[in-house]
Amino acid sequence: MIPYLDEFRDGKLAQVIAARIVDEVLPGRRYRLMEFCGGHTHAIFRYGVQDLLPPAVELIHGPGCPVCVLPVGRIDNAIELARRPGVILASYADMLRVPASGGMSLLKARAQGADVRMVYAASDALKLAQDNPQREVVFFAIGFETTTPPTALVIRQAAGLGLRNFTVFCNHVLTPPAMAAIVDSPDGAGSDLDGFIGPAHVSTVIGTQPYEQFVAQFDKPVVIAGFEPLDVLQAVLMLVRQINAGRALVENEYSRAVTPEGNRKAQAAMADVFELRDAFEWRGLGLLPHSALRIRERYAAIDAEKRFAVPPIAAHDHKACECGAVLRGVIKPQECKVFGTVCTPDNPIGACMVSSEGACAAWYSYGRLGRAQA
Amino acid sequence: MNAKKDYVRPIDFKHGRVDMTHGGGGRAMAQLIEELFLRAFDNEWLRPMNDQARVPVAAGRLAMSTDGHVVSPLFFPGGDIGCLSVHGTINDVAMAGAAPLYLSAAFVLEEGFPLADLKRIVESMAEAARSAGVPIVTGDTKVVERGKADGVFITTTAVGVVPEGVDISGERARPGDRILLSGSIGDHGIAVMSKRENLSFETTIESDTAALHGLVAAMLRAVPDIHCLRDPTRGGLATALNELAHQSGVGMQIEEAHIPVRPEVAAACEFLGLDPLYVANEGKLVAICAAPDADALLAAMRAHPLGAQAAIVGGVYDDPHRFVQMRTAFGGSRIVDWLTGEQLPRIC
Amino acid sequence: MCLAIPARVVELLDDDLAVADMGGVQKQISLALVDGVGVGDYVILHVGYAIAKLDREEAARTLALFGEMGAI
Repeated sequence: MIPYLDEFRDGKLAQVIAARIVDEVLPGRRYRLMEFCGGHTHAIFRYGVQDLLPPAVELIHGPGCPVCVLPVGRIDNAIELARRPGVILASYADMLRVPASGGMSLLKARAQGADVRMVYAASDALKLAQDNPQREVVFFAIGFETTTPPTALVIRQAAGLGLRNFTVFCNHVLTPPAMAAIVDSPDGAGSDLDGFIGPAHVSTVIGTQPYEQFVAQFDKPVVIAGFEPLDVLQAVLMLVRQINAGRALVENEYSRAVTPEGNRKAQAAMADVFELRDAFEWRGLGLLPHSALRIRERYAAIDAEKRFAVPPIAAHDHKACECGAVLRGVIKPQECKVFGTVCTPDNPIGACMVSSEGACAAWYSYGRLGRAQA
Repeated sequence: MNAKKDYVRPIDFKHGRVDMTHGGGGRAMAQLIEELFLRAFDNEWLRPMNDQARVPVAAGRLAMSTDGHVVSPLFFPGGDIGCLSVHGTINDVAMAGAAPLYLSAAFVLEEGFPLADLKRIVESMAEAARSAGVPIVTGDTKVVERGKADGVFITTTAVGVVPEGVDISGERARPGDRILLSGSIGDHGIAVMSKRENLSFETTIESDTAALHGLVAAMLRAVPDIHCLRDPTRGGLATALNELAHQSGVGMQIEEAHIPVRPEVAAACEFLGLDPLYVANEGKLVAICAAPDADALLAAMRAHPLGAQAAIVGGVYDDPHRFVQMRTAFGGSRIVDWLTGEQLPRIC
Repeated sequence: MCLAIPARVVELLDDDLAVADMGGVQKQISLALVDGVGVGDYVILHVGYAIAKLDREEAARTLALFGEMGAI
């Protein structure tokens, strides 16, 4: 068994925490809690965490899925890069099936002849470049702050090695601005949320400190939680307590991996390689200022957007797609008009259905039972 | 002076490669067939070297199955495409409760494929067929240009006879039935993945590839009226159960805690972000029988080497939605849905 | 997002690399983002990189406090 994993999945302890939650929810009070991070969405569905919670506690699935929030135009860019002669596009598997414009995807482009390769780690993309000196390797870098430091390292390595055939198409995005955008959204939906379950591994990198401004500004509690189901349950308990007491603090349930200052070494690597973009288009959240990263001038030689003059493509989601509303927790997946009919995991229209972390895919695969019984 | 016999240079299996002449129908092909395939598969029905094999007609209903094998990589811990192609098709026939009798094997070879690898694969097939007691009685070889095949594609067909009175079929699951699994899941898929580039990790997990007809025969001796049998190959246990639920028009409920998963398979699935329920198996089967027969069936499975880890994992019930549900070890409940596309490792 | 799991460092290699073990599966990983990690330590592993050293005392404390009465 895996130490430090299995103990945090113990069914008996789950009953203990669940009983506490049942005890402590105030009668007549609703608790709408958003788990920002796709990993939490996955855990909640996979282990059936909602089944152990009283009806007063509702878990709303937020946009913490870097696959889901990447706008279609950027995927179009990646596909176009992959199609250029001589290019090998290296990508994490998560992105391969995401639908872009015209129903195209990286996987479909591969079927048509584009050289798209799946990698598990950023260092694998670097290795591809070293092993294929006559080809141009472009690494499709996505992810929140957890995944960004590895990209920073390979960019530094590539520069240090003087590699001429390796570039990175940078789509790294930041968590605190996205969380703020949800609460601050123009349709006021965010104000209906009572608390946040904060991301586990983003926080390992950035620490708990960056959330202090959020709780001060919006007066909503944040509990950073680990990915295991017991972590999630405990975080719910901690949020219920804060809400009952009228508090809005940052608490850290995942103290075994998260500290207030986070991983300074990783932060330094990111700061060395990346800088803030003025603004970045997020699927479902619109244009957010200072919410994404681009490669600094001193590493311009490794920047795919510079080497290949990647044009901004203002692509739009399919007309019927309501991913934006789902991502912000405004509607539930099954309330989307095309959910489960036109839009299914086999034929996804929007990103929420493609990524297994997307609220729609998770709900479709795991949660249909509740819907059928309702 | 005596006339010298025609000297035919023997095939260089160490360094030689497949070329287009091997599929041309001429002397080179005949030589490959004789020196490699015939020698490895040798049996009385294959030896005549006709375009077909003439075998005694068996009485009863014939079960027939065919499978194309395109696994990559060709060699993986615990097996290779050769023995996989033998086991897989034997198993399909065995899932009808039939005793497999004969196999055919068709090869599509890629130009440039190393003959040393081909020999290794063919000998593995021969060994698998011998151990299973199912001869390969006829075959075919074609060669395609470089780039048109992934080294080698193998299609095998098996025929067998379904014993009198045995009626095993996917639509026979009934509410109240029990669901049994012959052993741990996920071994094959993880073994294959561990050899894929860019995913390399060290593990002692081996593919579970095996011919299951012996196990099935033992099961039928204990419980003649097994309702359903299925081997959970591509798409894993989840797919097999969904197929059966769909065919029979029933729902299923399984217990996560009862499903055997080897710790290493569980660990590999964790870091790759995979769900063992969807990972392929090549030496396991799912059986569905009436509740009163479950204990006897379980005992028969556990008594056989290929069923030592067998377990009752759940039951069948009435459900117009045909959902397969699972009670998680954690105490919650979730749906185990059909697999979407191909299960890919994830970072998220 | 950010699938990461605890892994035990079993061998240190050159260039900030190491061999880590998760439940019997071993993989080569990078320690370039962490400091002071030695053989026997546990790290949080994400896409082939250790992003933090797991604090085992905190882990034990967290387990002990699950579902306890009162504020944490």
